[in-house]
Amino acid sequence: MQSSGLGVLVRLVIARDLRLAVRHWDQVMQPLIFFAIITTLFPLAISPALDELRRIAPGVVWVAAMLASLLALESLFRPDVEDGTMEQWVLSGQPLSLLLLAKVATHWLLTGLPLVLMSPLVGTALGMPQSAWPVLMATLALGTGSLSMLGGVGAALTVSVRRGSVLLALLVLPLEMPVLIFGARAVDLAMHGEPVAGPLNLLAAALLFFVSLGPFAMAAAMRVSVET
Amino acid sequence: MHAQAGQAAAEPQLDVRAVHLWRGERHLLRGTSFVLERGELLQVVGPNGVGKTSLLRCVAGLLPTESGDIVWRGRQLQDCRDDYHQELAYLAHINALKPDLTALENLQYSVALRRPVMQQELRATFARLRIDQCADLPARALSAGQKRRVAIGRILLTRASLWILDEPITNLDSAGIALFEECMAEHLRTGGMILTAAHQLLLQGRPGVRTLELH
Amino acid sequence: MWLWFHKLSSPPYAYRVATLLRPWFFWSAMALMLLAAYGGLVLAPPDYQQKDAFRIIYVHAPAAIMSLQVYVVMAIAAAVGIIWRIKLAHAVAAACAPVGAAFTVVALATGSIYGKPMWGTWWEWDPRITSELIQLFLYLGYMALRASFDDTQRADRASAILAIVGVVNVPIVKYSVVWWNSLHQAPTISKLGKPAIVLSMAWPLYTMLLGFMLYFAAVLCDRVRSEILRRERNATWLLETVKTS
Repeated sequence: MQSSGLGVLVRLVIARDLRLAVRHWDQVMQPLIFFAIITTLFPLAISPALDELRRIAPGVVWVAAMLASLLALESLFRPDVEDGTMEQWVLSGQPLSLLLLAKVATHWLLTGLPLVLMSPLVGTALGMPQSAWPVLMATLALGTGSLSMLGGVGAALTVSVRRGSVLLALLVLPLEMPVLIFGARAVDLAMHGEPVAGPLNLLAAALLFFVSLGPFAMAAAMRVSVET
Repeated sequence: MHAQAGQAAAEPQLDVRAVHLWRGERHLLRGTSFVLERGELLQVVGPNGVGKTSLLRCVAGLLPTESGDIVWRGRQLQDCRDDYHQELAYLAHINALKPDLTALENLQYSVALRRPVMQQELRATFARLRIDQCADLPARALSAGQKRRVAIGRILLTRASLWILDEPITNLDSAGIALFEECMAEHLRTGGMILTAAHQLLLQGRPGVRTLELH
Repeated sequence: MWLWFHKLSSPPYAYRVATLLRPWFFWSAMALMLLAAYGGLVLAPPDYQQKDAFRIIYVHAPAAIMSLQVYVVMAIAAAVGIIWRIKLAHAVAAACAPVGAAFTVVALATGSIYGKPMWGTWWEWDPRITSELIQLFLYLGYMALRASFDDTQRADRASAILAIVGVVNVPIVKYSVVWWNSLHQAPTISKLGKPAIVLSMAWPLYTMLLGFMLYFAAVLCDRVRSEILRRERNATWLLETVKTS
């Protein structure tokens, strides 16, 4: 019996998830709105003065992006596990790690990429100069990829736990701290006109590392979660 | 005829030996064993909560057992998991349908994951199961019985040799049950195997149909 | 040697071994810790700059080292459990977590106590303390994940994956924290960097570390025994043991 090729599998997963996203735009928008709201909290809590906000802008944008991506993780695996389609993927005889990688990649397109595109607006609102935009977007592009992969592992572990959203945050946030450090500091360095090649390379290396190992951890975790 | 019989006697397709399973405190499966050959239907029966679904899930490779062996065509399950799953179609209590996709799209994606499939073939299966009108409706708009038929359609389309079906006829009306029994009979005729758990015995009186009682 | 290791994976044998070894571990640990305490508190001369306050390093440094070591042991045990399907390995991993977390808390507390008389603050974001804090979060996350599964074996498998992912990330975390801290103009010497100790007075440090390791082994024996009791409570061998003891 001829089995479907790997490229076909990836295309299928992406096509399916994109189609589902189109039919539920509201779910895609929510993390982005959350991102905007979180960043608004800081001027309210600290000061409306752009000079003061400018100093903490990289950190605020990055933390808000982390929290928004955490929120978006809820919709990554839970619907599929609840309606039984994930179980079928586990039983498909196809490499589960590839299927889950394709799923996370699509999820990033729908939740991570929009954050990257929104970030200059949010950064400007916090007093960030235009010169920092390229570095901001580059670090977020690389960083949200890592956040999606680490988040995917955490989501796969906790998807069958009742009310597991807070547990997911507990597991994933400590692992994401290096990404936050490299990303936020890179933007800060850029704002002071200093070279950013170091942290950017580190972010790229981290992304490569997580993308190469993450899918296997996700697949193993998913098999455990789907047992019952 | 002789050669075929000799081959079948050599090694069973599916050999489940002394499987033990605990769920929390309860020793659910205590050394359950059975053998399944081509063209056979094995129905697992027993009261609610005795472990029928758990047994099916263990045999499908979803639930790890405490001890015991599950051997498919002479190889341990752990050693040939992907090959085994390519020959397996599993129907759970839930239908594994995405509510926002149409019935056709649902089957398109789930079957294409395993093998290339054309739209005509999908529609032909819908026709066979008498749910042509459902093909282009979103799954959430279908009745429970119609959803079950769509799920059965997926089983038919995967062209697997082993079917593991958990309560397959739930929500089906008598016409649906008759239709399904016909599909099962055809599968057995072409050398397929079926392992099922149901409260109602199916295909009674046919050769090659056995029951396994759990208690 | 492999044969003994394989024997050890059987719960009754492991239970007996743990029961036998525990007193040895415990009492030698106590002896070494007392010796190290005496060496650190009494014998070692007061530091020129920091006077007597530096003595807490004799507890802080070994505790910090142990907090990482225990995590590695935990991850290795979890990996063994998941690759070779040895349930006892999972029991060891489960037993490690609270001990490791305790070492981390001790490291944080002693680090904080050390800092107050020196720099006047109860807390500083220096790389050592920060990475200890993240280590604590990793331990707590592991224990929380374990607790969220009712079925022991699912908890074992899920937390094993988390432990392996965690241990792989630990070097990344440590490096990133050091890098993060180095960006500031703050003094490059970490607050908790070892003060200039005369080599002959470094022996209490190593003695305390060894004492902690033996103490960990003793506590591990205790905890693994109770894990075995919990997991095998319906097994016949246990009922025999209880009857005869």
